[in-house]
Amino acid sequence: MPDVISTGEAVTFWILGPIALLGALGMVFARNAVHSALFLVLTMLSLGALYMAQQAPFLGFVQIIVYTGAVMMLFLFVLMLVGRDSSDSVVEVLRGQRLAGLVFGIGFAVLLVGALGNALAGVPSTGLAANDAGSGGNVTGIGKLIFTQYLFAFELTSALLITAALGAMVLAYAQSTGRLGKIGQRATVEKRLRGEHARVSPLPGPGVFATANSVAVPALLPDGSIAPESLSAIIDATPVEEGESTPADAHALTGRTGKDELS
Amino acid sequence: MSPSNYLLLSALLFTIGAVGVLVRRNAIVVFMCIELMLNAVNLSLVTFARIHGALDGQVMAFFVMVVAAAEVVVGLAIIMSIFRTRRTASVDDANLLKY
Amino acid sequence: MIDSLAAAELPEVLPAAGTASLAWLLLALPAFGALVLFVAGRRADRWGHLLGVLTVVAAFVVGLLIFLETTGLDAGQRTRELSLYRWIDVGGLNVDFGLRIDPLSLTFVLLITGVGALIHIYSVGYMSHDPGRRRFFAQLNLFVAAMLVLVLGNNFVMLYLGWEGVGLASYLLIGFYQDRPSAATAAKKAFLMNRVGDVGLALAIFLIWLNLGTLQYSQVFANIGKVGPGTIVAITVLLLLGACGKSGQFPLQAWLPDAMEGPTPVSALIHAATMVTAGVYLIARTHPIYDLTETGRLIVAIIGAITLMIGAIIGCAYDDIKKVLAYSTVSQIGYMILAVGLGPVGYALGIAHLLAHGFFKAGLFLGAGSVMHAMDDNVDMRRYGGLARHMPITFVTFGLGYLALIGFPFLSGYFTKDAIIEAAFARPGWEGWVFGLAATVAAGLTAFYMTRLMFMTFFGEKRWEHLETRDGGHYHPHESPASMTVPMIVLAVGSVFAGFLLTQGHVLANWLTPSLGELQEAPSSTLAPAAVTTLVLVSAALGVLIAYLAVGRRPTPVERPAHVSFPVQAARRDLYANAINEAVIATPGTWLSRFLVYLDNRGVDGLVNGTAALLGGSSGRLRRLQTGFVRSYALTMLGGAVLVVAALLAVRFVA
Repeated sequence: MPDVISTGEAVTFWILGPIALLGALGMVFARNAVHSALFLVLTMLSLGALYMAQQAPFLGFVQIIVYTGAVMMLFLFVLMLVGRDSSDSVVEVLRGQRLAGLVFGIGFAVLLVGALGNALAGVPSTGLAANDAGSGGNVTGIGKLIFTQYLFAFELTSALLITAALGAMVLAYAQSTGRLGKIGQRATVEKRLRGEHARVSPLPGPGVFATANSVAVPALLPDGSIAPESLSAIIDATPVEEGESTPADAHALTGRTGKDELS
Repeated sequence: MSPSNYLLLSALLFTIGAVGVLVRRNAIVVFMCIELMLNAVNLSLVTFARIHGALDGQVMAFFVMVVAAAEVVVGLAIIMSIFRTRRTASVDDANLLKY
Repeated sequence: MIDSLAAAELPEVLPAAGTASLAWLLLALPAFGALVLFVAGRRADRWGHLLGVLTVVAAFVVGLLIFLETTGLDAGQRTRELSLYRWIDVGGLNVDFGLRIDPLSLTFVLLITGVGALIHIYSVGYMSHDPGRRRFFAQLNLFVAAMLVLVLGNNFVMLYLGWEGVGLASYLLIGFYQDRPSAATAAKKAFLMNRVGDVGLALAIFLIWLNLGTLQYSQVFANIGKVGPGTIVAITVLLLLGACGKSGQFPLQAWLPDAMEGPTPVSALIHAATMVTAGVYLIARTHPIYDLTETGRLIVAIIGAITLMIGAIIGCAYDDIKKVLAYSTVSQIGYMILAVGLGPVGYALGIAHLLAHGFFKAGLFLGAGSVMHAMDDNVDMRRYGGLARHMPITFVTFGLGYLALIGFPFLSGYFTKDAIIEAAFARPGWEGWVFGLAATVAAGLTAFYMTRLMFMTFFGEKRWEHLETRDGGHYHPHESPASMTVPMIVLAVGSVFAGFLLTQGHVLANWLTPSLGELQEAPSSTLAPAAVTTLVLVSAALGVLIAYLAVGRRPTPVERPAHVSFPVQAARRDLYANAINEAVIATPGTWLSRFLVYLDNRGVDGLVNGTAALLGGSSGRLRRLQTGFVRSYALTMLGGAVLVVAALLAVRFVA
């Protein structure tokens, strides 16, 4: 029995087809990346419905569940993580890219449309009703084909999926440790004490050893000597008396004098 | 109306996807345009299956979907790692193969 | 008009035996000397000159022995050939490396080795201060070897070999003073003008081979009657061109005066006695060909007449003693060429004058060298004067040579030159008057310029007493050492007696009959011989008188007068010969080579460099396609896909 397109299908097509097209156009022209993703979701959903209209219910469901539901959600996740803020600027960097893209695109479309129109002018459509009847339904038919005729391809694609998953894990894992040149705190201290850095201790904060507010007055280190890092390269240093060094006093840290201890 | 309408729709979607690859700079959006192209091809495969009355087209579309999924996984992982090191998701910034 | 030269007139050629079989030594000795001196280099500096002299003297001894042996033979047996080895054996060209030992070649052998030996001895003294003396002797030996190949060869290829060899030696020797750019230029000029002549000779040889298939003298001369008259004329004219190049005849005479840049012994040997006479030898040797064509001989005679006039005119205006003698050589060789152009009446006369000229001109050149040696290598006669007292031997020998040259009665030139002028007058019709009068006038001019030279150099006020040398000192003219004066004396003796001895009783002519044919007596001439002699003597005397009045009696200014009459101006400019050469040949040649260089630089180099630049430029532009932007690559991919789809559809739906 030749395949006839019912009016229901025609209506479905003429509604969902333009919607798919609009979704595609929206995806391409939307400035915000998340909007692009959502437009694509729209297109995919309409395509899923169109599959179902074309006597491919299994594929339609797979399209909606797997493609739209999983793959596009994955896209949205990554967008949120990575690309949300980076919206494309309107200015095109490459000269003539947009014009060339438009021209080529229109040319390509014309070619394909013309070719397809010409090729399928008088080709009758067979329809899948007979096939479904013979093989016990759409899903069963697909299953039969996959596991007999296309078994090797099936195995290959499953191996491909596993490899892809592994690859994604490797790429993700390899990034989380070993940031460029970042070693831990303990390793840094060890390096300092070994003398691989310029000084053993980190530099003091500004003003710690300063004796006055002026840039020209050099700072004095705890042992009374002038800190060389505080000498300005531009201004002559004001002479300052190197004070006698006060002996290190452990009580200075606690704030209690020795006398108070007795009482 | 004939099934060839579906094919025309598929051709148009494919072209829109191709142009989108050319003009968008966000790597993820480019990726999505590629997905659109794959979807267009799926549509045409399904239509051909209907025209010829055999399920081979649908099986092929099925495989295309599987492969597309695997590809998306790896591709997004790559984009993520590039983003981590270079803090940019723009396609134009990966131009070290310049002359 | 072909004079039927029966084969019987050609001498029978015998294989060489006895002393003549040693004739190869004549070539080997100087060649060996040249080889050793060139290869040994500076190691031979102390004894090189002695070896050089020894080889040529030894060659002279061998030549003399062969000559004496030949005189003992009958006239019909004097033509012998000695085949040394098979030289070229290619297809139709079979050339023997062999020697033709006949009276003509023996005469030349004696001249070359004899005068050559004297000049080698002279050079020992003349070049004693020159550090390049060994090289000089090497090149001089090379010259002698090549000249002997030229005169002794029994085929045209050996002639050409010797021809080129003497050209090379001449180039080397003219440019001997390597630090003088003028010498290098003169050597180059001589070589190039010789080359023009050599092309003529080569073409003549080609024509001979083309028509006769052989290049051996005996076979060529026997069969030359079979060649068509037009070809004969062509061959004779081309041979004449070769002779003009080598002998410095019009139009190729301009190199000879410039060749005076070389050392004086070179001028004496090469450009007076030997190399420049090679042209006369050539025409004399190929006389069987010339005998067949009246036109060819006429052209030869015309060239000779023109040249003797040119040489005489220009010689009157120069102050450089060597250049005056050079132009005198040009003029005298013109006489010889005129003589051989007169046909069977003149071949032997030309050779006689050649031999006499070899003596007195070489002697004059050696004398000039002696004067230059005394005057610190200065050649300007205006700086000489009154040298007779200071250099008596030079003065006497030079004076004897001078008298011989101008044709003083009973000295060499009187006999030989007069004979030629008589034969010239004896030509029928207008030719006789033209040639005869030209020769007579030239004789007068010769007397004039030689007397002028004598007065300016040896007589009069000693202008050099008030002048400074190049180094700022004074001139101290002195007599030359014995190594220089002895050869001059020998040559002076030759100048005096050679002419008499050669022409009395037709001794030379009879001796040369096997080679040159019978010397025919000139038919009753327009003027009686006695009248001719008187005319020539009067002309010469007039020249001497005018020279005495113009130069002898008046003091000679040291500075050359600038305002002179037009003929003198023209003579000073070589009758514009050099200017014409320059304008007609040299300048267009320079333009052509500049144009070709331009073409090469722009065209060929442009093509090559342009291709490279094109590739470089296009690759430079093409690499801009690699923008590094993924989207550009995607664009090109889409473009390619569009093209492929379009092509597929076009093929499917249109075709």
